[in-house]
Amino acid sequence: MHYLVSVVHDRLDLATEDEMAAIDVFNDRLKTEGHWVFAGGLAGPSTATVIDNRGGDPLVTDGPYVETKEYLAGFWIIEAADLDVALKLAADGSKACNRKVEVRPFAGVDLDPSPSA
Amino acid sequence: MNVTNVREAVARAHRDEWARVVAALARRFGDLDIAEEAAAEAYATAVERWPVDGVPPNPGAWLTTTAHRKAIDRIRRENKRDDKQKEAQMLHDDSPPEPLGAIDDDRLRLIFTCCHPALALEARVALTLRMLGGLTVAEIARAFFVQETAMERRITRAKVKIKAAGIPYRVPSTEDLPGRVSGVLAVLFLVFNEGYLATGPSADPVRHDLTAEAIRLTRLIRALLPQDGEVAGLLALMLLTEARRAARVSASGELVTLAEQDRGSWDQTLIAEGHQLVRERLAARVAPGRYQVLAAIGAVHTSARDVRDTDWSQIVALYDHLVRLDTSPIVALNRAVAVAELDGPEVALAETHRLADRLDGYHAYHAARADLLRRLGRSDESRAAYDKAIELAGNSAEVAYLTRRRDQLG
Repeated sequence: MHYLVSVVHDRLDLATEDEMAAIDVFNDRLKTEGHWVFAGGLAGPSTATVIDNRGGDPLVTDGPYVETKEYLAGFWIIEAADLDVALKLAADGSKACNRKVEVRPFAGVDLDPSPSA
Repeated sequence: MNVTNVREAVARAHRDEWARVVAALARRFGDLDIAEEAAAEAYATAVERWPVDGVPPNPGAWLTTTAHRKAIDRIRRENKRDDKQKEAQMLHDDSPPEPLGAIDDDRLRLIFTCCHPALALEARVALTLRMLGGLTVAEIARAFFVQETAMERRITRAKVKIKAAGIPYRVPSTEDLPGRVSGVLAVLFLVFNEGYLATGPSADPVRHDLTAEAIRLTRLIRALLPQDGEVAGLLALMLLTEARRAARVSASGELVTLAEQDRGSWDQTLIAEGHQLVRERLAARVAPGRYQVLAAIGAVHTSARDVRDTDWSQIVALYDHLVRLDTSPIVALNRAVAVAELDGPEVALAETHRLADRLDGYHAYHAARADLLRRLGRSDESRAAYDKAIELAGNSAEVAYLTRRRDQLG
C-alpha cells in the first residue's frame, strides 16, 4: 500500500542542519529497504497560491487555501505492507525531522497482493 | 430434541464459537464486514435448521462451514452486481500465509485488529464487543447509552478505516507485543469498569452482562497468552472484584462499601481462582505490572474474613509500589484512603490536599475527603464534600449511599 506521511509543523523555521542530516539518513534507509516512493520539503505557507478553475475562469488568490496554526511542511510517500509498517517508519521519520507527522493511506482498491488483510 | 435444548445449544455455540467463526472468516476473506455478516447469517440458519435437523455433533465446525458458504454467496452476488475486483481479491486469497508473530491463533489476530491503537478508544471497545464478544450492535449501544444508529456508524467507520488504512490482521511481533497487549487489556478493563460502576441515571448500578463479558474475553486472552503476567493480573483483578458483586449493592439499591460488606456473600470460588492467579504471579518472580499489583491488593482484601483483620500495612506497601508504576492521581487517592487505616484520617487528609488540582472534578475525591472529614469530626466541611460528591457521581447506588452518609452527619 501507499501512504502519505505529512510533516505537520506550527512554526516557520526550516529544518536545521542536524535535522537535514537525520532526514538524509532516514531517506537512504527508505530507499535501501524498498519503502521509498517520493519525498520533499515545502517552502512556507506564505509562498502558496490558490487557483480555482472550477468555473472555467481561473481565479488566482495569494496565500494558502486555509489559514491554520499548523501547516504542511513536507511529506513522504512510502510503500508499506500495512499500517503497522507505515506507523513504524513514520515514527522514525518524525524523529528524524523532529516534527509531528500524519499517516494517511492513498484511496483505492489495492490489488497488490500484500500480506495485509 | 426439544425446543429448549436446541435454544440452549445455539446460545452455547454463540458463546463458545462466535469469536472463532468470525476470526476464521476474517482471515479467509480479509474483510471484517463479510466475516461479521456471514457469521450472523450462519447463526440465524442454525436457529432455523437445528430444531428440524438436530444439533450437529460439532456445532463449531457446522457454523464455520455454513458461514463460509454464506460469505462466498455474498461475494458472488456482489461480483455480479459490481465488477471483477472482488473476484480478483479472492483469486489472490490462497497466497502463502503471512509471517506470524509470537502466537498464531485467528482470534488473537482479531483482538489485535479490533484494539489497534490507530482506532479511537470507543471504536476499539465497540468492535471488540461485536467481533469477539458477539454482542449485537443494539446491545452495545444500550450498554454505552448511545443511539443504535450512532453505534452502527461508529463500528462501520472503524471497519472502513481498518480496510482503507491497511490495519493488519496479525499478531504483533514479539518486540511490539507487550505494548499492544496492554492496549487490549485497557479495552477489556474499560468494559469491566463500565459494568462494575455503571454510569447513567437509569442504569443498573452493577451491569453483570458487561463484567461477565469482560471476564470471558480476558479468560480467552489468558488462554492464548498464558505466559503474560499482566493478562493473568487483569483476570485476577476482575475475578476478585466480581467476587464481591453481590455484596456491593444493598437490597434498597445503595452502594455498600468494602468495610461494610457482608463478607459471607462473597463468591469463594472466584476468590480462590483469583488468589491462585496472584500466587502464580508471585512465584514467577518477575517485576509485576499495574494489573498484577492491583490484583494483589484485591487478594489482601479478600483474604480478610473481617474488615478488622485487613493487613493495611501490606496494602499501603502495594500502593507504594503502584504509585511508582502509575502516576495517576486516582492511584494516589486510593493510597491515601489506605493510609487513613494505617496512620489515621489526619495524615490521609493531608495527602488528599495535594491532589486537589487534578481531582476536583472527580466524585470519588470528594467522597473520600467527606469520609475523612467525618471521622475527624469536621461535620460542616464533610457535608460540603458530600454535596460535591453527590453532584458529580454518576452511579445511582453511589448517590444513594453518599446521600445517606451526608444526612447522618450530626
